[in-house]
Amino acid sequence: MATITPDKVLDASGLNCPLPVLKTKKALEELQSGQILEVITTDPGAKADIPAFCSRTGHELLETVEEGGKIIFYLKKK
Amino acid sequence: MATERLAIIATKGTLDMAYPPLILASTAASLGIETAIFFTFYGLNIIHKKKMNELKIAPIGNPAMPMAFPPSMQNAITNTISSVFPGPPQIMGIIPGMTDLMTFMMKKTIKEHGVASIPELIEACKEADVKLIPCQMTMELFGYKYEDLIEGLEPPAGAATFMNYVLEADKPMIIFV
Repeated sequence: MATITPDKVLDASGLNCPLPVLKTKKALEELQSGQILEVITTDPGAKADIPAFCSRTGHELLETVEEGGKIIFYLKKK
Repeated sequence: MATERLAIIATKGTLDMAYPPLILASTAASLGIETAIFFTFYGLNIIHKKKMNELKIAPIGNPAMPMAFPPSMQNAITNTISSVFPGPPQIMGIIPGMTDLMTFMMKKTIKEHGVASIPELIEACKEADVKLIPCQMTMELFGYKYEDLIEGLEPPAGAATFMNYVLEADKPMIIFV
């Protein structure tokens, strides 16, 4: 279990490529630098796409948790 | 900082071929890449006010097409049909209404799988500042007026504008769809 407390939670469950990435980008715009976003997704493609998004944009991927068919990412805004 | 630009040429006007340019463009723009889509020939239908809602899947000439029953329509009968006909036999494509039926089933499947619709992806592209450029020459060829096309487009342009857009970047990328 994650011990990170997010500043904002984005539930992208049930959505498929490219929506989880697009919604993550939008949600991050509402945060301040250093704040944490939790992204919940059920898209297996997101497992590769969210880390790719982070490495391109410079936001830090703190942790990835998989539980019960959900993949949960914790991102720290650049 | 070096500018990275992605220029996509969208030439097809079927529902399936409308997806790749819009998915790649909206994603590239969210990754911070300057992105433009140049809509030419049948690709213009993707940004046509009326025709964008009527894009179809073509069962004929598409032998790779699966017999795609949407999840909510899958039962013992449809599963049997799918096992006998993994794809609709090509000859069925000539039956009137077949293209509409296949399109209806595909749209239902797309929705049930949480995949965005074409209008939703266009909106996502606009929000992410993707430049949507209609091709002047094919607009004239098809008799499309600028006001027949959706709002928020760049002015119609030609091949030279496209080349210039690409070559102004330090790191240019081109995708042809």
